[in-house]
Amino acid sequence: MRDMLEGSQAIARAVALCRPQVVAAYPITPQTHIVENLSKLVADGKLTTELVSVESEFSAASVALGAAAAGSRAYTASSSQGIMLMSEVLFNIAGLRIPLVLTCANRAIGAPLSIWNDQQDSMAVRDAGWIQLYCADNQEAVDTTIQAYRIAERCEIPVMVCVDGFVLTHTMEAIDLPTQEQVDGFLPPYRFNRALDPRRPISIGTLVAPEYFSEVRHANHKALERAIDEIEAADRDWAEVSGRSSGGLVEVLGDPEARIGILTLGSATGTLLEALDEYPDLGPVRLIRLRCFRPFPFEALRRACAGLEQLAILERALSPGLGGIVGTEVRAALADLEGTLHIRDYAVGLGGRDIPLSTLPRVLEALAVPESERFRILDVNLEQLPEEDR
Amino acid sequence: MLEIRIHGRGGQGNVAAAYLLAGAAFETGRHAQAFPNFGAERRGAPVVAFVRIADAPIRRRCQVLHPDWLIVQDDALLTAGGVSAGLKPGGRILVNSARSAEALHERTGLETTVLAADSLSKQFLGRPMPNTALLSAFLTLTGLLPREALIKALAQRFKGDLLEKNSQLIEEAARQVPEGGWNDA
Repeated sequence: MRDMLEGSQAIARAVALCRPQVVAAYPITPQTHIVENLSKLVADGKLTTELVSVESEFSAASVALGAAAAGSRAYTASSSQGIMLMSEVLFNIAGLRIPLVLTCANRAIGAPLSIWNDQQDSMAVRDAGWIQLYCADNQEAVDTTIQAYRIAERCEIPVMVCVDGFVLTHTMEAIDLPTQEQVDGFLPPYRFNRALDPRRPISIGTLVAPEYFSEVRHANHKALERAIDEIEAADRDWAEVSGRSSGGLVEVLGDPEARIGILTLGSATGTLLEALDEYPDLGPVRLIRLRCFRPFPFEALRRACAGLEQLAILERALSPGLGGIVGTEVRAALADLEGTLHIRDYAVGLGGRDIPLSTLPRVLEALAVPESERFRILDVNLEQLPEEDR
Repeated sequence: MLEIRIHGRGGQGNVAAAYLLAGAAFETGRHAQAFPNFGAERRGAPVVAFVRIADAPIRRRCQVLHPDWLIVQDDALLTAGGVSAGLKPGGRILVNSARSAEALHERTGLETTVLAADSLSKQFLGRPMPNTALLSAFLTLTGLLPREALIKALAQRFKGDLLEKNSQLIEEAARQVPEGGWNDA
């Protein structure tokens, strides 16, 4: 049924539809409303779950890890500094191959302190071994949350659902929430083969000596690579139930034959898509949206970029001293096209900076300059900086 | 697509106003989107919220730079600068103020329509909470949506006495501005 919901409220209701047995989270802007809405669902008797109040994000992730390891479907959510505080546990969850779902309400990381949106937080833990899916809108946030549990549990890999903070979490729009029957039919009850059980004692998280560590890492890497199929299948199968696809691995919008492409992740997609209509004189543009960032979808990305002559990457994070994170990876994936494909990488929308419609013409103009820098932060007002920092 | 920007201060129900307006549009079968642009999260700090209403799905998520209409919940914000920035030519401003439109024009140079929403809401709700009164006046001035849609959206958030008192406030606020008053110019 379609209903006007705030993004966070819609995500909380989607989580509830997945029947988590344990929810542990610590509030942090802009994730707070997700946890508040889950608490309210529990208080109103609409969700039966063990809601664990914790004293930090480290504990939230640890409780979720323990719960899922003991055979409970578990959920947590965080943002920014909260993701940083969780990071040690996030590596453990993935390394132990514990399936659970985390919503990252994407927010900048301090310093300087910012409560506003960019994607530096999830990008900072991209090597933790989690699947990462980036949502373009709140309907996708709902649908991806449901898909995430199936992917996590089939692959025994945790899934991070990345949702732009404020831009999505605090936006009210019409959402089609699936029925409980639809979700139950798609998502069977959680059964974890390695569940901790005193009747069948096993150890997890033990010391691994050099003789075996590489093999465990190999297995982990291969499992993530293989997850590609489950991610595609979950989106396809959920589309059959709900009538909606969330974009699979990589979504191609705009003109699929265009020679000029723009690649982005998350909520900037819709703005860029409407900008194509707003500036029709710019000529055909292919808009490529990377929904799945981990595992990195090499083949799907190469297919999406086939025939391009110019590509601009717009990302909401950076690796200082290197440049773009997504841009660097996309370049690597398309390395053999270098020479015929002109790629430029731009960080936009950092720390809550708006991404207006006019971003499209400005990016295309910057992209057209042949001798330009490989990477730069767009929209820097140098006059706001002292001379020596420019 | 119609774009509305709502200016107020933390604690005045600015974001709630945006959500209510979008909710009311949804009740009439329109596509709608509402979102805040928070500054510092504290009572009294200036807050801006945006509403878009359209007949087709809304996919852009950028801030509203060129609103068709402005709703301002505190007249002191008019002198803070930037409030009327980007207002479309012919765009109109509704202000919560105890002053007259002439007095505000003298202070700010802006043409506005005024509703004394603080005193009006105090009369019905017992405390100054200007948002629902302003929304009602806004809908009356523009004829954008029927008042019943606003009350339906309100019923999603409030029940019982509070809903009843707000409904009375909405009816009274509608009587205080000319129906379709912004459509003549």
